[in-house]
Amino acid sequence: MWGIIRQRVACRSIPASILEQSLQRIPIRPVGYALRNYSSTAKEMTVRDALNSALDEEMSADPKVFLMGEEVGEYQGAYKISKGLLEKYGPDRVIDTPITEAGFTGIGVGAAYYGLKPVVEFMTFNFSMQAIDHIINSAAKSNYMSAGQISVPIVFRGPNGAAAGVGAQHSQCYAAWFGSCPGLKVLTPYSSEDARGLLKAAIRDPDPVVFLENELLYGESFPVSAEALDSSFSLPIGKAKIEREGKDVTITAFSKMVGYALQAAEILANEGISAEVINLRSIRPLDRLTINASVRKTNRLVTVEEGFPQHGVGAEICASILEESFEYLDAPVERIAGADVPMPYAANLERMAVPQVEDIVRAAKRTCYRSGSMAATA
Amino acid sequence: MEMFYGAMQYREPGVLLWRGFTLQEFANQCFGNKFDNGKGRQMPIHYGSTKHNYFTVASTVGTQIPHAVGAAYALKMEERDACTVTYFGDGGTSTGDFHAALNFAAVMEVPVIFICRNNGWAISTPSADQFRSDGIVVRGQAYGVHSIRVDGNDALAMYNAVNEARTMAIGEQKPILIEALTYRAGHHSTSDDSTKYRPGDEIEWWRMAQDPVTRFRKWIEMKGWWSAEAESEFRSSVRKQVLNAIQVAEKVEKPPIKELFTDVYDFPPPNLCEQEASLREAIRRHPQDYPPDFLM
Repeated sequence: MWGIIRQRVACRSIPASILEQSLQRIPIRPVGYALRNYSSTAKEMTVRDALNSALDEEMSADPKVFLMGEEVGEYQGAYKISKGLLEKYGPDRVIDTPITEAGFTGIGVGAAYYGLKPVVEFMTFNFSMQAIDHIINSAAKSNYMSAGQISVPIVFRGPNGAAAGVGAQHSQCYAAWFGSCPGLKVLTPYSSEDARGLLKAAIRDPDPVVFLENELLYGESFPVSAEALDSSFSLPIGKAKIEREGKDVTITAFSKMVGYALQAAEILANEGISAEVINLRSIRPLDRLTINASVRKTNRLVTVEEGFPQHGVGAEICASILEESFEYLDAPVERIAGADVPMPYAANLERMAVPQVEDIVRAAKRTCYRSGSMAATA
Repeated sequence: MEMFYGAMQYREPGVLLWRGFTLQEFANQCFGNKFDNGKGRQMPIHYGSTKHNYFTVASTVGTQIPHAVGAAYALKMEERDACTVTYFGDGGTSTGDFHAALNFAAVMEVPVIFICRNNGWAISTPSADQFRSDGIVVRGQAYGVHSIRVDGNDALAMYNAVNEARTMAIGEQKPILIEALTYRAGHHSTSDDSTKYRPGDEIEWWRMAQDPVTRFRKWIEMKGWWSAEAESEFRSSVRKQVLNAIQVAEKVEKPPIKELFTDVYDFPPPNLCEQEASLREAIRRHPQDYPPDFLM
């Protein structure tokens, strides 16, 4: 570290938060990092297959689960996520809908009010804006506004964020918008294990869940453990995963940016900076405990997201650190986010509008006071 | 056993009353007191009761229409001997949700009854400014939904139409639209003075000549089942009951503090538990800053 003595702030008059108390119980882990930890891995699986198998297993286990969306049936899914499901479960449980997001979302919510477990697919979450009133006002708030009489066990899923060359109306990230709403749970899987475990957990959850996938990750392959292949597998909602342990700087990311953060960590390792990469997995509830514990260990933080910077996920993480772990910071927090412009189409411009690995590397170095210039340059 | 699931707008307390919600329960909801089964979460008249299969009323206009279709789809999937019913006004038929819901109901062939109370006014917007179609019944037709227009002020006609609709909806697993023509004789709400946007004599005419309650009363009196004395007694008795319910509800305490934090999720999350503990601590330390009747 830099030899700065950390002072505990004088006790506040209000009792310490639960988060504070939990953090005090976590011992600082020994220095050293491990490569990604797998139990016994022989099998690789694409994210697409992971999602498909999760849907299949949950539909098989519970007849109340059904899938609804544009092109999910006959077309096998706009991105083939629901391949084979129509054939296996029939048109009652795999419903091809007309082009009315507001309509089929409202209908899904109505079915959930009754007690079914709909999985509503948006071809991309950009189209969820047509239906956002139902997601927020009819789904998220209903349990509260009905005083617990109406629970809404619904999952809204689909690709989120930037793809490649699809322009501004197909590229927005909705993690921050949905993440701000109480009553919703918001999940962002990265790997195939994330996709399987979190989708299964989402479908089983009695609360409404927004499940933000990523189109570019669908085709990526990841090793999956035997445990993850079991049909009873699920991951806890609200727990982040430390993808790579480190001691010098904490990098938080979700979805596709986790991959970028891991690449950045490799580059940083070669330059003597040990980065700890946290895969958030869950935007709401946000795993503040894991993030704060990590920053208390490393004393530096870089947040990474694809979405717009203002009111983004990084802003919330920053606030959480300031509230809970201010005295542990040795450098200002760095936020990496997408450019504050509607996503351009031209490949060179698009590349500049989303974070790249180099941006993460430079930001991490700035927090370590290792870079020459303070400005982020392209 | 007769079953239905109701996704209502806010002019349907009559339906809830019929199904067994008591006057006291209505009053408790309006006052948001600790006996309100809505736990004080909603504005007045946003009733709801799982026991009576009545989905809690939402303020968002028209959203209940696709909800009813979704619930009807669930009934169809489970092969239940039941249908859903949803009510909305002439104004509600302009929402995107109305169109999506009717379209889906027809395509998915679900047992739902759409009841449109076309009372000519959406707050200050007359139906001539709301749509130029021939009312709502043609819209149902356009989507492939069997539709009927009924004199909404004729209780017997409405009864027969809805009864038939229910048989068709469940027996043939199809949606039905009923357009009930009527008139909003009252103001939109207690914060409205409709004489500001419509002529007073128009209101008077409808109130005098077409009042559905008066029409029905004349019919049962003619049948010998009712009388002026019975009417006067009944009105007086019900008025007393309503006033009593209000007086009782007014005196009941508001819901306890913990109900601020419950039901956000199925299971309370740690951050809300923490906030509740912190609030209780603040009240404990500074009781003078909080109302004396705060229920812990």
